[in-house]
Amino acid sequence: MRELLEILEKNGRTSPGELASILQKSEYEVEKDIARLEKEKIILSYGALINWEKFGDDRVTAIIEINLTPQREVGFDAIAERIFRFDEVRTVYLMSGSFDLLVIIDGKSLKEIANFVATRLSTIEGVTQTRSHFMLKAYKKDGVIIEDEEKDRRLVVSP
Amino acid sequence: MSWSDRLSDTVNSIAPSGIRKFFDIAAKMEDVISLGVGEPDFVTPWTIRESCVYGLERGYTSYTANRGTPELRDEISKFYKRRHNLNYDVDKEILVTVGASEAVDLAVRAIINPGDEVLIPEPCYVSYQACVILAGGVPVPVAAKIENEFRITPEELEPFVTPKTKALLIGYPNNPTGAIMTREDLLKIADFAEKHDLIVISDEIYSELTYEGTHECFAALPKMKDRTILLNGFSKAYAMTGWRVGYALGNPEFIGAMTKIHQYTMLCAPITAQIGAVEALRHGEKYMKKMVAEYDRRRKLIYDGFKKMGLKCFEPKGAFYIFPDISSSGYTAEEFAEELIMKEHVALVPGTAFGKSGKGHVRCSYATAIDKISEALARIENFLKNHKK
Repeated sequence: MRELLEILEKNGRTSPGELASILQKSEYEVEKDIARLEKEKIILSYGALINWEKFGDDRVTAIIEINLTPQREVGFDAIAERIFRFDEVRTVYLMSGSFDLLVIIDGKSLKEIANFVATRLSTIEGVTQTRSHFMLKAYKKDGVIIEDEEKDRRLVVSP
Repeated sequence: MSWSDRLSDTVNSIAPSGIRKFFDIAAKMEDVISLGVGEPDFVTPWTIRESCVYGLERGYTSYTANRGTPELRDEISKFYKRRHNLNYDVDKEILVTVGASEAVDLAVRAIINPGDEVLIPEPCYVSYQACVILAGGVPVPVAAKIENEFRITPEELEPFVTPKTKALLIGYPNNPTGAIMTREDLLKIADFAEKHDLIVISDEIYSELTYEGTHECFAALPKMKDRTILLNGFSKAYAMTGWRVGYALGNPEFIGAMTKIHQYTMLCAPITAQIGAVEALRHGEKYMKKMVAEYDRRRKLIYDGFKKMGLKCFEPKGAFYIFPDISSSGYTAEEFAEELIMKEHVALVPGTAFGKSGKGHVRCSYATAIDKISEALARIENFLKNHKK
């Protein structure tokens, strides 16, 4: 199963036929395995990694460090949920170190994000401090180098 | 008068590589998918490249010892100790060469007297026979059979032994067939080598690309270390083909003789490549294993693809080649390769480029991304349907 997941993680478009050949199973079995992994939420979603900037979109990405006062019984989880339910919030991690939550937010403009942080995040009960960092340039994202100059430079035929 | 008359007879006696023609056609095509490439599609792992750049920045630009840097020889020695429990002396039994290709040339030149014969199982890498001829020897090709998954047996070799037979040159995992030899197979070859007192040159450049079981090193077989010149390198395992760094291991006499030729012809392998090679052996293994896992996936995909097309094909167990029998198409290997590239824009190499016994077969390299392999398979299937002779 690990092999299947590794292949799909690298390329979600690998076809059931290809997977069947590689995993030496029938297509039916592969599709059954995938359905089960999806149902068990081991496979969470299939998406494309898109360079929106190149497409022409002006976007702003902010990384926000949040300090919290943990709550009895639920610790950080309840506040984290109040934050990750917002559509604007792309990623939320609980961190060790000098802050508690790392939140990544996409927005159309600096102003929009600043506004969101000020009116939505900072006002949540238990949030004691926020520090916003705006991303200037992405070099690598989810294991993919954004502007990769490396290409296949091999001769087309060689011994 | 033509200048070609002024060339040496030896050079004139060697046929140019059969690959050139396909290269010329493929190089002009836009949408060609090449299964004709004999090298990894990965770029050298960054840690290796980075160490080389760092070396350059610190001014490592000089010659090295003829035999190679002490650090690299030390790492090679340690690698064979941990991998095959073999002990090679860092000062006397290891020579770093400009790719395993140079090592083949040196090994042959070091042991061949005019007229000496070298047994070479075929199909095999393109340089073996040429190197033997250039050294003044006589290559004696011995055909391996598809029925036996291109493994060679003493029974097949025996009829070709003469009083002039001096050496046996083997290359497993094999380019172009993808064949490997099991321990049992090799033990029989070892007995054969001992019986006829042959030197064995074992080119194990694809050793790390073994997919089922682990690689059996010829020199690690009982009593074989002393009569074996073991060749390996970094090109295939660590995706370092263009760095040109390999090595030879053997007894002090063999390595000493090879070093003598090497010091007058090559002096030393490039220092930058040797620095990279040290890093490969120190920290490259996990990257290598990732690449091997990826080749293994592609191997299964392409083997399944050819099986489904109904081509006779055995499952390759090593290197990154598959060697299907295309004779059912009605074409010769040469015709098949040429028609396929013209009609479907898929480049591969006719088996005959690797010796006469490669007839009826083509070599497909699966050192190519999965989606390209799938597309190439679809095109080959299309070709077989629509252009059968």
